[in-house]
Amino acid sequence: MLRHILALAIKEFLALLRDPRSRFVLIGPPIMQLIIFGYAASFDLDHLAVAVYDEDGGSAARALVSRIQGSPHFHVVAHVAREEEVAPLVDNKEVLLVLHMEPRFTAHLAQGGSGSLQVILDGRNSNTALLALNYLRSIVLDFNQSLAARRGSDGPPVTLSMRAWYNEDLDSHWFIIPGIVGLLTLVVTLVVTALSVAREREQGTFDQLLVTPLRPTAILVGKSIPGLVIGVIEASFIIAVAMLWFEIPLRGSVGALYLGLLLFLFSAVGVGLMISAISVTQQQAVLGAFLFLVPAVILSGFATPIANMPEAVQMLTYLDPLRYFLVIVRGVFLEGDSYALLVDQYWPMAIIGAASLAAAGWLFRHRMY
Amino acid sequence: MSQPALILRDVHKCFGEGEHARCALDGVNIEVAPGSVTGLIGPDGAGKTTLMRLCCGLLKLDGGSIQTLGMDVADQPAAVQAAVGYMPQRFGLYEDLSVQENLDLYADLQGVPVQERPARYTRLMEMTKLAPFTSRLAGKLSGGMKQKLGLACALVRPPRLLLLDEPTVGVDPVSRRELWEIVYSQVREAGMNVLLSTAYLDEAERCDQVILLHKGRVLGQASPDRFSQGLKGRTWEVSAQDIRPRRLQADLVKQAGISDAIINGDRVRIITREGFEPDAASLLPGHPGLHVEAVPPRFEDAFIDRLGGAGEGRHATPAIGQVAAGEYPGDPIEVEQLERGFGDFVAVKKVSFSVKRGEIFGLLGANGAGKTTTFRMLCGLLPLSSGRVSVAGHDLRTASAQARSRIGYMAQKFSLYANLTVAQNLEFFSAAYNLRGSHQRGRIQWALQGFELEPYAGTNAGTLPLGYKQRLAFAAALMHEPEILFLDEPTSGVDPLARREFWARTNALAEAGVTVLVTTHFMEEADYCDRLVIMAEGAVLAEGSPHEIRTLARTPENPRPRMEDAFIGLIQSREKAA
Amino acid sequence: MNRLTRMRLKGMIRKEWLQILRDPSSIAIAFLMPVLLLFLFGYGVSLDAKDIPLGFVIDSPDSNTASFRASFDHSDFFRPEDFASIQAAQQALAQRRIDGIVWLRSNFSSLLLSGQEAPIAVRVNAVDANQARITQGYIQGAWLAWLGQYARSQGRQLPLPVSMEQRVWFNAALISRHYLVPGLVAIIMTLTGSLLTAMVVAREWERGTMEALMVTPLNMKEMLVGKLIPYFILGMGGMLFTVALAVWQFDVPFRGSFAALMGASALFMLVALALGLLISIVSRNQFVAGQVAIIITFLPAFILSGFIFDINSMPAPIQVVTHVVPARYLVSILQSLFLAGDVWPVYWANMGGMAILLVVLTAVVRHKAYKRLD
Repeated sequence: MLRHILALAIKEFLALLRDPRSRFVLIGPPIMQLIIFGYAASFDLDHLAVAVYDEDGGSAARALVSRIQGSPHFHVVAHVAREEEVAPLVDNKEVLLVLHMEPRFTAHLAQGGSGSLQVILDGRNSNTALLALNYLRSIVLDFNQSLAARRGSDGPPVTLSMRAWYNEDLDSHWFIIPGIVGLLTLVVTLVVTALSVAREREQGTFDQLLVTPLRPTAILVGKSIPGLVIGVIEASFIIAVAMLWFEIPLRGSVGALYLGLLLFLFSAVGVGLMISAISVTQQQAVLGAFLFLVPAVILSGFATPIANMPEAVQMLTYLDPLRYFLVIVRGVFLEGDSYALLVDQYWPMAIIGAASLAAAGWLFRHRMY
Repeated sequence: MSQPALILRDVHKCFGEGEHARCALDGVNIEVAPGSVTGLIGPDGAGKTTLMRLCCGLLKLDGGSIQTLGMDVADQPAAVQAAVGYMPQRFGLYEDLSVQENLDLYADLQGVPVQERPARYTRLMEMTKLAPFTSRLAGKLSGGMKQKLGLACALVRPPRLLLLDEPTVGVDPVSRRELWEIVYSQVREAGMNVLLSTAYLDEAERCDQVILLHKGRVLGQASPDRFSQGLKGRTWEVSAQDIRPRRLQADLVKQAGISDAIINGDRVRIITREGFEPDAASLLPGHPGLHVEAVPPRFEDAFIDRLGGAGEGRHATPAIGQVAAGEYPGDPIEVEQLERGFGDFVAVKKVSFSVKRGEIFGLLGANGAGKTTTFRMLCGLLPLSSGRVSVAGHDLRTASAQARSRIGYMAQKFSLYANLTVAQNLEFFSAAYNLRGSHQRGRIQWALQGFELEPYAGTNAGTLPLGYKQRLAFAAALMHEPEILFLDEPTSGVDPLARREFWARTNALAEAGVTVLVTTHFMEEADYCDRLVIMAEGAVLAEGSPHEIRTLARTPENPRPRMEDAFIGLIQSREKAA
Repeated sequence: MNRLTRMRLKGMIRKEWLQILRDPSSIAIAFLMPVLLLFLFGYGVSLDAKDIPLGFVIDSPDSNTASFRASFDHSDFFRPEDFASIQAAQQALAQRRIDGIVWLRSNFSSLLLSGQEAPIAVRVNAVDANQARITQGYIQGAWLAWLGQYARSQGRQLPLPVSMEQRVWFNAALISRHYLVPGLVAIIMTLTGSLLTAMVVAREWERGTMEALMVTPLNMKEMLVGKLIPYFILGMGGMLFTVALAVWQFDVPFRGSFAALMGASALFMLVALALGLLISIVSRNQFVAGQVAIIITFLPAFILSGFIFDINSMPAPIQVVTHVVPARYLVSILQSLFLAGDVWPVYWANMGGMAILLVVLTAVVRHKAYKRLD
């Protein structure tokens, strides 16, 4: 049995890696994508374009604007003199927001009253708009406190002291890049496995395998090994790049991470082989891989939190191995988790893997055409 | 139309680069006379397909020039492609379109005016006898019908030059006859020029001119008669009362003065070396009772002779040890009332037969007769609808892995790993069949040497010439010395030399006690079998020894019918009954 | 275009069309996949946090802490949960049962009553920095509301010299689905458009039909056009269907003009189909074509198109890279068309981008597609 598996695994590796195009596809794009996505995927806002419509022109208005300009998040790109100029700037996406100071802004403040700052925002990307508002609110809050201190009045009686755990600077790269580990590993594993049986079926070699004394279990294990090995190698590489290049701290147990990685690959390989065993042609296999991959990524919590989804969709995410692995990889990287805290993520992946592999093995012999 | 249809001048074409470069054509000069059918004949890997593709501008020339219908192919590939008709080896049909839709597509592409189409279609359908099937999907047609449709598509607008690449591969004798009739009617009616390549040498005799191609060079161009004339006085038929033809053939081919011996019905046809006069009494030591009769030479004889003969020592036959028989009740292969349906289509109907130990058993029939379906059920690749099969005492579908190690299987389509090398394929399959250590290395060496694959050990299996692919697949099926061997169309598309080799090896296996089940649509190969069944439309038409089956077709006009006559007779009487 | 060209084109188009009809998988890619994906994502993808589990640790409860705690009860954003000790709450945070902790220490009321500053400690799990920031913003909002209420109960005014008044255009309620669904339409069309064509030419090579087609008067341009038109129609059908779903099923407002939508979709579809054609011409076999299509279409469209991550906040070199992702242009156009209306400068700038991509892709396809086998 062991010798059978070894022979099968060698054959699979050769079939996969002897074609230079397919070799390149497995190595080139994932590395490029890692680097590009690592930089690209972030919710943090930088240098948002701001226009100022200052009808007041007084010192307080200028002080507020310079405070906003001083923040790394905002960047004043235009000054507007007339109301009519506001709409085109926002419509054409030249600025994300316009700050409007009413005519007697400084005078009101000087009299101890309150001045109104009107913010006009482009809501087309609601997340960006929401975050920009949060940034702005903090700046205005600071501005108010320093103004109040200058007037000699008390600050608010209760203050908030905010602390962000695990990601002190609220850098969303720390959230996304460990996620990319899961994402790219899943894609590569699927590419390796999803076409493997379908291709053999189309070329007739699968029949040749089935008449040898090889057991379906051995075929299954032999076909899983390249996915596992290539997955571990690529994931290790991506983890190394995340730590050394993007400087994401790895705070937890490496063993716990690799246990999770192995189980994740086990489930991904299982799903890939199941897709492949169901498909008669390679076209169907590619379609099947897409139909699994796209929802698996979007519903995994990679970019949008699972908690925000409706109940029914949340139930569906329990079938998604990536969901569990993302918790593990982020937990180990940022929260310093170890085995005990991750048990609930481990066993569902083991079940998904075992069930899908069993289904694939059954389909080997029973899917006839 | 007096200028040659095709002129090739010093044509060179190589594939690969550097060390791996392999020249498919190496200085070819050809002229194809107008208004004729020219056959391009040569063993696998001779460069036939490359030559065809060059003639229609599908490949870039490495040297020399080609004039097709007076146009230079390198300068005007588009004009050439618009003017010629071409049917590639894997016919260019869309299997998910119907017969009519395929015709419409090619009529549109060839710019056949709409008003001329009905008459043309009627004529084509009449010639191909496809009229009842116009609405059937091309993928659901039998192999012969597909080829006829492919030919019809190439003829939608009669081209001045028709190029056919192995148009009759995998086609049953009835369809082959029809294909040839179509080709000749086109030459007569439209004055078309035809260049076709074929592996069937009896077809070469139907050509006006034959070009013999070998290893990228032209060995000769002449009429088939001129080729065979050179062999006058060297062809004989030998018969014996006390020896089976298969044995006789195996013994005769080893004799010094004989360059080739093949089974022809109950007799053995031999070619003698120049100056050797076969004498009935002394031809085979120990068998004085032979009967030797001079026969006129055929093109095939000339072909074999030109390529050096198939005699002793030309090809290594691997050493085969006596195979130990397993312990089980009954015959090695038993089939009872086997049935298989796909939806409402019954592919195999109540088939029964059994095969004895050490027997070569043939399953004959046209494409789509149900041979491959029967085969797949025997090998456990397809569940039965009803009936019973037993192979070495097991149903392979449910049998343990151990039972499968007793059989060897060679699929119809080349089904080893195309992007693995020859050696890697052998290593993999030997390991799959539980060989290990020095025994494994020994068997791999045996396969490489015995099948003359050593020079190709590092070559990707997918890029081997067809004949070598077949050898490799055969070797892979024999690595573990199986006691039962399943061979599905092992000689389809393979040239006559390779087929001789193949049968020599199969004979040796049967002598060593291996039970062989083989399917074929080459009727003359049926004579190599001990017993056979003829199948059509999923049912068995006849069963018996080759002699018994041939006898069925004996008539006063045809006292010595060939297997092909018997087959066609059986099919026709079945059609009449239906 | 002469009569023969027209006839050949018609023949090719009819052939492709029949093949599409006979093979349900093409129809599935064009219609079933978009519907499935749009439903999953339309409901599944949202950045709007609600019911954030928030742990409260109140060391010495009294009326003041109760009123502060109550202001969180009334909010849709939070699901407050009480813990007896800070240790218990921290453990829950580590186990991901809650996303944040609000800790009012035992001296909270005494400091408040004595007029000193009473600090409240807030801890947020910031693994997901974006959600953490949103959570912090909501907590801040609840705190400000409570401050105002507390000041009024004391008969004072909250010292807030500058008041901020926000007017969000196009998506006043900041519903993330309204910006995500138009983007999804673009992502889905990228997938279907490229997938549809990526396999079709590779399939002709593999089945040997290409060789027969080549030796006919059909030229390469006619063949490519003949292949594109049926898939273009199919893709546009899928597109309209998806847009209709977005508007009627997901109630995303559509404020632009239909003509602008059709124009942008058509141009985009051509780009996606050309990309698919290029993949299949270069790969020549379905195995590699499938691998390439999986790797280069989905993730770049997902991450680099501005569908979810703001392109303006990416580093400059990456912003340059995003210009080769066709979906980026359509995402931008669709977000404007759906939410803002026909904003012509945005529209034409992005149309220009797609047009350049189309020209480049077509040139490469023309260069790579020739009637020869080697």
